[in-house]
Parts: sequence; structure tokens; C-alpha cells
Amino acid sequence: MSNKLIDLQHITKAFDGNVVLDDLNLYIRENEFLTLLGPSGCGKTTMLRIMGGFETPDRGSVIFDGKDITSLAPNKRQLNTVFQKYALFPHMSVAENIAFGLRIRKKSEDYIRDKIRYALKLVNLEGFEERTPDSLSGGQQQRIAIARAIVNEPKVLLLDEPLGALDLKLRQDMQYELIRLKNELGITFIYVTHDQEEALTMSDTIVVMNQGYIQQIGTPEDIYNEPKNAFVADFIGDSNIIDGTMIQDQLVEIFGVRFACVDTGFGTMKPVDVVIRPEDLELIPVGEDAEPDSPAYQTAVSRATQINPGFFEGTVSHVIFKGMHYEMEVQAKGFEWLVLSTRLFQVGTRVLMSVDPYNIQIMNKPESEDEMAVKLDEHL
Amino acid sequence: MKTKRRFWMDGPYLIWTAAFIVIPLFTIVYYGLTDKTGAFTWSNIAQMGTPERLKALVLSLLLSLLATFICLIMAYPLALILTKMKIGATGFIVSIFIIPMWMNSLLRILAWQTLLERNGVINQILGFLHLPKQYLINTPYAIALGMIYDFLPFMLLPIYNSLEKIDSNVVNAAYDLGANKLQAFWKVIFPLTLPGVISGITMVFVPALTTFVISDFLGGSKVLLIGNVIEQQFTQVGDWNVGSGLSLVLMIFILISMAVMQHYDKDADDRVTAL
Amino acid sequence: MKKVLSRIYLVFIFILLYAPIAVLIVLSFNKSKTRAKWGGWTLEWYVKMFQDQAIMSALYNTLLIALLSALIATILGLLASFSLLSMKHRTRGFVLSLLDIPMLNAEIVTGISLMLIFIAIGQFLSHWGYTIEFGMMTVLIGHITFNIPYTVLSIMPKLRQINISTYEAALDLGASRWLAFRKVILPDIMSGVLSGFMLAFTLSLDDFVITHFTKGPGFDTLSTKIYTEVRKGIKPEMYALSTLLFASILLLILIFGRARRKTAASSQPAVY
Repeated sequence: MSNKLIDLQHITKAFDGNVVLDDLNLYIRENEFLTLLGPSGCGKTTMLRIMGGFETPDRGSVIFDGKDITSLAPNKRQLNTVFQKYALFPHMSVAENIAFGLRIRKKSEDYIRDKIRYALKLVNLEGFEERTPDSLSGGQQQRIAIARAIVNEPKVLLLDEPLGALDLKLRQDMQYELIRLKNELGITFIYVTHDQEEALTMSDTIVVMNQGYIQQIGTPEDIYNEPKNAFVADFIGDSNIIDGTMIQDQLVEIFGVRFACVDTGFGTMKPVDVVIRPEDLELIPVGEDAEPDSPAYQTAVSRATQINPGFFEGTVSHVIFKGMHYEMEVQAKGFEWLVLSTRLFQVGTRVLMSVDPYNIQIMNKPESEDEMAVKLDEHL
Repeated sequence: MKTKRRFWMDGPYLIWTAAFIVIPLFTIVYYGLTDKTGAFTWSNIAQMGTPERLKALVLSLLLSLLATFICLIMAYPLALILTKMKIGATGFIVSIFIIPMWMNSLLRILAWQTLLERNGVINQILGFLHLPKQYLINTPYAIALGMIYDFLPFMLLPIYNSLEKIDSNVVNAAYDLGANKLQAFWKVIFPLTLPGVISGITMVFVPALTTFVISDFLGGSKVLLIGNVIEQQFTQVGDWNVGSGLSLVLMIFILISMAVMQHYDKDADDRVTAL
Repeated sequence: MKKVLSRIYLVFIFILLYAPIAVLIVLSFNKSKTRAKWGGWTLEWYVKMFQDQAIMSALYNTLLIALLSALIATILGLLASFSLLSMKHRTRGFVLSLLDIPMLNAEIVTGISLMLIFIAIGQFLSHWGYTIEFGMMTVLIGHITFNIPYTVLSIMPKLRQINISTYEAALDLGASRWLAFRKVILPDIMSGVLSGFMLAFTLSLDDFVITHFTKGPGFDTLSTKIYTEVRKGIKPEMYALSTLLFASILLLILIFGRARRKTAASSQPAVY
């Protein structure tokens, strides 16, 4: 990908003494689909508003295409925003809404008419010119909001939780729609959401934020497979996060059992957080009353140890059918493990539970709040 | 059973409205279009044509339009300032504009006598500043001032309410699409507050047009408004037919402004939440 | 700069609104009997007003009418709100525009129309030897009439927000209709009912025009008393009484408002 289009340097912002963004650094490349992901109150919307010009940072600067635009008014910026709940002008028709920015720029009426037709075609709402916003469904209003922004040919489109008010099915359709739009327009999208699934589906790059700090920047695959800390692991998808001790490189102890893993460089006898995704736990059934030295039990053990020298013995305590798979809870070592599997194990089944060394994520325990906020300047 | 319950719910209000709102209005029409013997006539309405009454009507229209206009240009920026203040203080500030209403309204208007008189507070301040004394009381301007003072909150509150309801992101969207402050105001903010403005205009115009107290107190006996003319017909002259005829003429103007209001302001609830 | 300008403007408006009130409060402490002259401070009028029979009876009439008209208008408004809710769309529009009439019509017209109808009813009843006396009763009816719309429009929005299934749930759980209404619906609309009542009370307290046309000779409220006194000079006791009323309503509202804000604050979810 090409050079930096937007560069946020040392952005700090507080509201009434509450620090919302703390010395934040981030850059966005041209033609990138970048998602700011985090729980509500993490500062993602504030960051978007700073880029849009609706907030001024207390410290730091916003560089756009090499120029400092930190204190430039929103109407002078080459980016457009799709607002939360769309913010369509309720007193104007769809066509007037879309024409708003063009009329301000004193474009000719012919040009405006062509643009409206083009934009409505792009968002699949041809013929909606004379409708009023309140006669449209949420999804249609959403598309008009996007059309209204893109006719101005911005270099960057800022989208603030644009799908938040839509129902699940429509949200999924709109995700594909947005990807298509982005590819057709060839501009940069900066997208704010708290929905991890949305972020994983659409983004080139995900920026995970919490409490005003960037927790991790990476591709969806990176973020999902290699979470940098327990927060990211917990926020992205379901995870089993357990206390462990790093015995030495490539060997971790969980609940007194030693597991092979692939991580190195954590030192020896160091307390760590261990993350295991529920779909990575493998279950091997053991006969109801198989004695530990019975052949059936031994077979199970040998299958388990093929996966990893370490394993737990437990009992399935809960099963929910989820359509594609079963979601199960397994009681082992006094911990409730979340397990996803396409194979059903009835409640009460005795199982051995193991995990491939590659699927064990080791993470440093945060020693304090500050350290938990991993400040990442290197962009992958 | 069901119809019986309906009657107990719908009945009292509808009967009350018929008896004390609708029928009384028709009584005015009846008196206005009949003479003492009960025969039909237009003469009561034609009574408005005397030079003295026409003068009062024209003066009332001029003063109420002036007061409405000044209320609008005073209240709109005020509402904008109040809306911009951060939440929390807003409730307090708005009540600042409502609290004066707890003092008897007649006395409040009367107090302006004390302020405007030849030796009143304002002239004393002017004297203190070595400025010439102004002849203020008993002029049409004093009446207009009284109207503005008395009805300003009725203009302020609906405008403030409609400003409050605007989603700040809608205004942000205008900036985002390239509008400057002036463009955002005239293209987005003002059109969205139009129902509030219209509502405010009627709520100031009608009472200003029809007042007789303000002109009584601040105009002395020198300035007569149409309200005074009608009031005197009923309480001093005692000619209900002529009084009703003149009221009918006045009602034409009220009906026009009510029709305008109905057309723009579909949400009547707003007005009460404003009060 | 802009901030300074808007501050100055606010102060200007504030002075405009409060100067007359300040004048009245100062006059209530004025030793001199005419308002044109300052004669030093006194509390005399605050004592004397209680000895003035006419003022006390006007006060009694004012408060009684305000209380009764607010109460009756609230009850009628409550019934009307419920019936409006279950009306068909077109009927509701019609009834709502009926509701608009006394609010948008000129007070002088409403006053005159009420006066004429009372006279007409009086003439009608005279055939049977009855008469209508202009006084407490006619004024009360007039006040109820202009108060109803305000109570309805205070209650309606609250009523519309109610989720009817909570009422049905209460019935489902074995509550009688009356109990379900009292326990489920009433608490939800209470704030609207109260503010409707307060609004009606104040409007009645402050009314002059309707009272002026519907009262008979010898019957006065504070407003009509002030109006008749204007020409011969307002008694300073009137300033004292109005100041006292102003202060007590203000106090009442402050306490009421604080209590309401407290409950509102505790029922709001924490915002992060």
C-alpha cells in the first residue's frame, strides 16, 4: 500500500477532566479500510470527530496529505462523514439532501442532477429522489447518508457506527454493500464500530482501542489469531483466558498441568495470561466408568497426547446447539471451559481436553493499567 | 358495558367543550349578526367602520405586528445562546424566564409605569447620566414595550424547544458537507425551527392584538386599542350586539393566524411542554 | 468575544424581565403610600394586608378558584386524555382542534363568549324562576374551561409513552382493572398530571381577562381588584401580598423541582 494519508500525532483529548484519548499515534494509508474497534467510551468516536473537525484535540496534531489540519474547520476538510443515526436533513427531500454539499460548492444544476442519479444508482436506490427521509427505512436512510457524503468526492469517508441502528440481517447485507462501495470508489474508509464481527468482515486494518489507548493494530487475522493482550483476546471473539506460568520457552503450566506451546521469550517461571479460543480445544471422549489403567482410557490418553503432551480431564456440563456447531461448557480443574465443536458430547460425558501448541496464546500479565495500554507505534 | 365506559370517558370533556367553548362562540356570532329585537343585520359589523374604531384597529395591528417582530428578533438569538449553554444549566436558565410569570401579570405591567414615568426610574438614570428626559409613558411605544415584555417568553419557549430538538449531528452534517456557519444556519437550523417560530408568532400576535390591559396601563386614556373599544362596549356602553359585531371582525384576524398555526404546527404538545 | 456579547445580551434580557419585579418588591417595602415617592423602608404593609377585609377576601377567592379549577380541570383532562387515546385518528384530530380553541383564541373573545352564554342560560332559566348569579361559580367555570387544554396536553404525551402491555401484565397477574390502573398506569403519568395541575393552578392564579368578564359586581379576585384600584392608586398592601405570593410560589417550585430532579437522577442509568 501507499503512503500515509492521515497522520495522527500525539493526540490527547479530555472532557471535563476525563482523559478520553491519551497521547495517541496512528496513521492511515490511502485507499485503506481501517476500523476503529472498541467498547463504548473507548475514545473511538472522539478520534473520528477529531478527524472530521468536530472536536479539537487538547494536544497533538492531525496531518492530512502532508498538511496540518488540526484546527481547520470541518467545512474546509476533504473528508466527509456518515453520522450515527444518519443525520439526514429532515426538512429536505432525498435529492435535496444529496445535493446539499454540491450546491454549497456552487456546482451547476446539470452536474448536480447527474451526480444525484449516479449516487442513487451506486447505493441501489434509483427513483428515490423526491422521497422524504422519514418515509425511508433505516437501511435506506443509511444508503442516502452514504450517497450524500460520496457525491462530494471526498478522499476519506468517515463512518460512525453506521450500521448500529439496523437489524442483524440488514447489517450483514450492508457490510458487503460497504465493501463493494469502497472498491468501486477507491477511497479511504475509516469506520468506527463496537461490533467485532463487523470489523473482522470488512477491514484491511483493525485498530483495537480501550480507555483511550490503542491496544493493537493489525489485520483481522492478526488480531484474531495473535491478540496482544487479554483485553484484545476477550474483546475479539470468545476466549478462554486463564492464569498460567511460563516454565521456560515453549512450555507453560496451567492448573498444574504442563502444556507445550510455541511462544518464547517470556522468561522462566513467569506468571502469564493464557488464551485459548473455544474452537481450538479438542475433546476426546472417555468411557463412563473407564478406570485410569483400562485400555479404553489409555487409548484416549494417547490420542490426547498426540495433540499436546498436556491435557485435562473434565465433564461436559452444558450444551447449546448453535446451528453450525455446538457450544459446550466443560468442567475441568475447577474452571468452566468454553468449547465449540461440530461434534456433540452429551451433558455428563467424561472427556479429555487438549489443544494444539500453535493454538495456545501466551501474553504478559499487565502489571498496571499503564502497561496494559500497549502503545504501538509500529504499524504492521 | 363497553359503551357505558366510553361515555364516562368521552362524555364529560365533550359536554363541557360544547357547553362552554363551542356554543358560547356561536352566541357571539348570534349577537354580532342581530339587532336588539333579534332580527338579522350587518350593522354591528359595519360599526367597525367609524374613524375612531378603524384607527384603534389599525393601531392595534401595527403595534402587535411591531411587538411580534421585535419579540422574534430578540428571542431567536436568545434561544440560540440558551441552547448553546451546556446541559444542566439549561433547566435553571429557562426557569429564569418563567419565574417572572409567578408575579401577578397586572402588577408587572403596572411596574413599567414606575419605570417609564416622567420622574420614573429610567428618566432618573438618564438624568444621572446628564441625558435629556424622555417622554415615555402614555405613548404607543410604551404599549409596544409592554407587549414585548409580557409576551417575550411565549416567543422564546417554542423556539428554544425546537432548537433543542435538533440533532446536533444534523448541523454537523451541514458543516461536514462544506457549509459555513451562515449557510448551516439558513439552510438547516432555521428551517428546522420554523414550526417553533410560527408557533411563537401566533402566541405573541394574538394576545398583543387583543390586549386591553397593557394599553390601559401604559397608554393612559390617550391611546385606545381595539381591545379597549370592545371591552368598553361590554362593560361601559353595555351594547352586546355592537360589541359582538366588533369581536367578529377581530376574530377574522385570529382565525387567520390560527389557520397559519394549524398548517405549520402539527404537534400541539410542544406548546405545553414549552410552558 | 462572542461569548462576552452573548453574556451581555443575557444580562440585558435579565434586567428587562426582572426590573419590574424588583420595582414591585421595593414598592412593597416603601413607607410612602404613593409609588411616586420613596419614604424609607417599612414592613407595615405586610402586617396591614392581613387586616384589610377586601384584600383578604380577594385572596381567598383567588386561591380557592385556582385550587378548584386546577383540580377539576385535571380530572376532566385525565378523562379526556384517556378517551383521546382510544379515538380513531380523524375524531382525535377534530377533538384536538377543539382543544386548541381556548389556547389560541384571544382571551377577550373567550371571556365575552362565556359572559354571553351565562346571560343566555340565565334568561333561559328565568322562565322557571331561577337566576344565574355572576360570581364564584361563573368565574370557576370560566377558569376550568381555559385550563382543560393545558392539563390534557400535559398528560397526553406521558400517556402515549405508556406500554400497554405492562397494564395487561398487571391484569394477567390477577390485578383488578382499578388496581392495575392505580399501580401501573398512574405512577407513569403522575409527573404529567402534576405538571398539568401546577400549570392550571398558575394560569388561574394569574388570570385577569376571563375573570373580568365572568365575575359579577362585588366579587373580586386579586387581579380584578388590582385593575379597579389602578385609577385611584394601588394600595401598597397589594404589593406586599403579591411579593409574598411570588416568594412562596418560588419557594414551592424550588422544593418541588429539587425533589423531582432527585427522583429523575436516581432513575437514570449511569452513563459512561
